[in-house]
Amino acid sequence: MHRPGRWMIWVALAAAIALPLGLAAQSPLLAYRSPVYITAGFAGIVAMALLLVQPLLVGGYLPGLSGLRGRRVHRLFGAGLVLAVIAHVAALWVTSPPDVIDVLTFTSPTPFSVWGNVAMWAVFAAALLAVLRRPLRLRPRIWRKAHTALAGVAVLGCVVHAVLIEGTMEPLSKIGLCALAVVATVWVLRDRRIWTPRATSR
Amino acid sequence: MTTPLFTRRALCAMGAATLVTGLSGLIVPARAQGVAPTRSMRGGSNNYRPGAPIVERIGGGGFWMTGTVRRAGDGAPLAGQRIQVWAHTTEGHERDPQSHGATLSDAKGEFRLEMPQIVPAFGQPHGHLAYDSAEFKTVFLRPVMPSSSDTTLHADFVLEPA
Repeated sequence: MHRPGRWMIWVALAAAIALPLGLAAQSPLLAYRSPVYITAGFAGIVAMALLLVQPLLVGGYLPGLSGLRGRRVHRLFGAGLVLAVIAHVAALWVTSPPDVIDVLTFTSPTPFSVWGNVAMWAVFAAALLAVLRRPLRLRPRIWRKAHTALAGVAVLGCVVHAVLIEGTMEPLSKIGLCALAVVATVWVLRDRRIWTPRATSR
Repeated sequence: MTTPLFTRRALCAMGAATLVTGLSGLIVPARAQGVAPTRSMRGGSNNYRPGAPIVERIGGGGFWMTGTVRRAGDGAPLAGQRIQVWAHTTEGHERDPQSHGATLSDAKGEFRLEMPQIVPAFGQPHGHLAYDSAEFKTVFLRPVMPSSSDTTLHADFVLEPA
């Protein structure tokens, strides 16, 4: 049955994503950056936003996108997340190759780059696991634990990476988006009892 | 009513701290052990342009990069040493040639070069400095500004013979 007010979730989600994006678009730093560098920053914000949407989709919390439909969009957005991360790193590479090489080789002086690098590989690994779901023929529970563990590392890494960075994102909206992504991830893990004993085991 | 300058607890803590540091040798008199050479910082050489010209000022100015150049061991000031400075500023990216310029240290081993305001890039407001001439070993520095609203940044070089 259609419950009134459920569309509010969509409004809240749209606001949670549009606000940090909109505020970043007002950043004074943009005036001193080339289009490629600006693209790199926004690809990062999009990736962050997708990390908020992904658990909501797979948990079936978004009205109209529950169950199988939610999972299908989760897969699609997972591919989008991989592309956003690639765009982020590639555009940074074009902006300053040596800085990106330092990050990829874990020799960067910046404390946040390690987190970004780890998050990137966690995103790739989680996506790879999704692609290889059938050929691997893992037991569903094992697969789910592996995929969510990687997703958790991706969210944590991305959040610390973003919070430590002084960039185009407005600080408060950045922390808000990060907090929501963490809450959504923890929520779906608890709700789906992926890491906690199932009710049947009691 | 008067407020005591120190509470009894604070006084005890201070006394204990003084005893501990004094007895354990944490407080030692300054000894002349020689000035250690500055080591290159991670990522310091990123986007370096060998042979960037000596300039009066980089771009429109408004921001000051300052520093000193001394000799390892005795710490004597080194005059006439060429220091290259570059950063992501309001006028260009780190890679851009116009973001680079060099200056020479004076008789007191000090240098200062005016440049456009440094803005955060790659997550931190930071500058780059290089000593890369033949006489001493090459040193690349990458100091980070405590605040991106700062209008000056300082870096010290202690060089050892090549």
